[in-house]
Amino acid sequence: MNAMLTVANKEFHDGLRNRWVMSISLIFALLATGLAYFGAAASGQAGFTNLSTTLVSLASLAVFVIPLIALMLAYDGVVGEDESGTLLLLMTYPLSRWQLVLGKMMGHWMIMAFSTIIGFGLSAIIVGLFSDNTTWSELLKPYAFFITVSILLGWIFIAIATMISASVAEKSKAAGLALIVWFIFVFMFDLSLLGLLVGTEGNVNAELFPYLLLLNPTDIFRLIIISFFAEQQLTGFMAVAQHAQFSTLSLILSMLAWFVAPVLGAITLFNKRKL
Amino acid sequence: MNIVELQQAEKNYQGVEALKSINLSLQQGEVLGLFGHNGAGKTTTIKLILGLIKPTAGQVRVFGEDPTGENAYHLRRQLGFLQENVSFYQQMTGHEVLAYFAKLKGCEKKQVNDLLEEVGLAHAAMRRVKTYSKGMRQRLGLAQALLGQPKLLLLDEPTVGLDPIATQDFYQGIARLKAQGSTIILCSHVLAGVEKYIDRALILGQGHLLAEGSLSTLTEQTNLPVTFHLQGSNLLLPASLQANASEINGGLKLHVSQQQKMATLQQLLALPSLENIDIHMPSLEDIYMHYMNDIQHMELPR
Repeated sequence: MNAMLTVANKEFHDGLRNRWVMSISLIFALLATGLAYFGAAASGQAGFTNLSTTLVSLASLAVFVIPLIALMLAYDGVVGEDESGTLLLLMTYPLSRWQLVLGKMMGHWMIMAFSTIIGFGLSAIIVGLFSDNTTWSELLKPYAFFITVSILLGWIFIAIATMISASVAEKSKAAGLALIVWFIFVFMFDLSLLGLLVGTEGNVNAELFPYLLLLNPTDIFRLIIISFFAEQQLTGFMAVAQHAQFSTLSLILSMLAWFVAPVLGAITLFNKRKL
Repeated sequence: MNIVELQQAEKNYQGVEALKSINLSLQQGEVLGLFGHNGAGKTTTIKLILGLIKPTAGQVRVFGEDPTGENAYHLRRQLGFLQENVSFYQQMTGHEVLAYFAKLKGCEKKQVNDLLEEVGLAHAAMRRVKTYSKGMRQRLGLAQALLGQPKLLLLDEPTVGLDPIATQDFYQGIARLKAQGSTIILCSHVLAGVEKYIDRALILGQGHLLAEGSLSTLTEQTNLPVTFHLQGSNLLLPASLQANASEINGGLKLHVSQQQKMATLQQLLALPSLENIDIHMPSLEDIYMHYMNDIQHMELPR
């Protein structure tokens, strides 16, 4: 237990040292603030407007950025140590394999959580300071919810990245796989579902089809945000979920399942790794 | 109780025999030299002892217990390991690296500074490892291996990249640790200078144990000749020695068996024109080369 926290702590400090925490916070703060200010530009006005519109559009941006950052942060966690020779050394220490890999993930989770809170939190403060029509109490709950779900999305992809890292022998391979995973979840998956819709001319089981969205954590993330800010109409591709009334709770539960699975996967794969 | 005990230990990797039927027992306070060409099975042997891999057949015991078993966790606190070419964490300072490993091993913080002092890195403790020379990294690695005063130390190529003085310092450190009761396994292919510090040698080749024993035993076993280099004008050797002599650089080179060394020496000293004599006893390197030649001949029939 202690050894695991030692590993996590070292990983977090590495994140502070090599400016990961700072960079991620900055990206999130700029994204969130920029979107809050210019989000309404399409309707001919700039400035801080409707909060739920802002957060829903931020969510559709975040599904691109958060997985990418998480994958980049964690893809070399295991394989990088292997290449520098420290993995072999660590395994001669009183430290179990699961402790090492879980400690690594925990460290990366801390980096992600910390940066998300700082980044989006900063933007919330800026919005609160400059917007005339929102009060602090109105801001708190939506932002807190948004930040929590964003952190969960980041954690899922950190676990996936660690899974990749634990299963390959070279860093470059891990980087390639991480990129493919990102591409699949962020682009390919939705495109294929769309292709399925077009190909069958919409002739799909309307009951069943929305459940396919649960196979992609980034889609679940978007659905959660949209369902939380319920006054928003489901637009674009997300409209396929209209037929299935997913409750926010069931969506969060499926996201948690998406979190637990790769964590167990990473531990299993690392246990099988040859030294 | 033997500190390390290998009984008919074998290791196959996907059908390739990395190690074949190795027997070894190591008592407390012994320093064992593990020698062999690249791929001879040195690292596999070390990994077996460290419990990083399980033997395909046979038995490995460290402090009387299975190093991959349930008690491995406790065994590892008493093990120190320095591997070949470890580059550590480039962005951290030497002190941070050592403090991290100390924490993982459950050692007192105080040890970190003491060990840095001991390996001569105190002045560079606050510098990033990235700026360290190869020798400094090696010394940091050694400090790491010494954390928690391990009873068994495994050192894989510990003197690679060290200059002669640092190498000397290093071996003196080994002698000190031995005096304190540590058991040490030293793995190397740099042979010169190791002799004095090891009690026993184990020579591996192609995964086979070629020879094992103290240096004097091995010297006897191999029965390598003693070589005399003789200098002098118009040297005329006794007839009995002439067959073993050859001319070299204006002098004579003479091979005789170890048993005949003293008798030959007396004969040689009686020569009137002898100006200088240089005696070369078979060294660890010679012994090693002898066994390496053996396996090369073994290879031929294949």
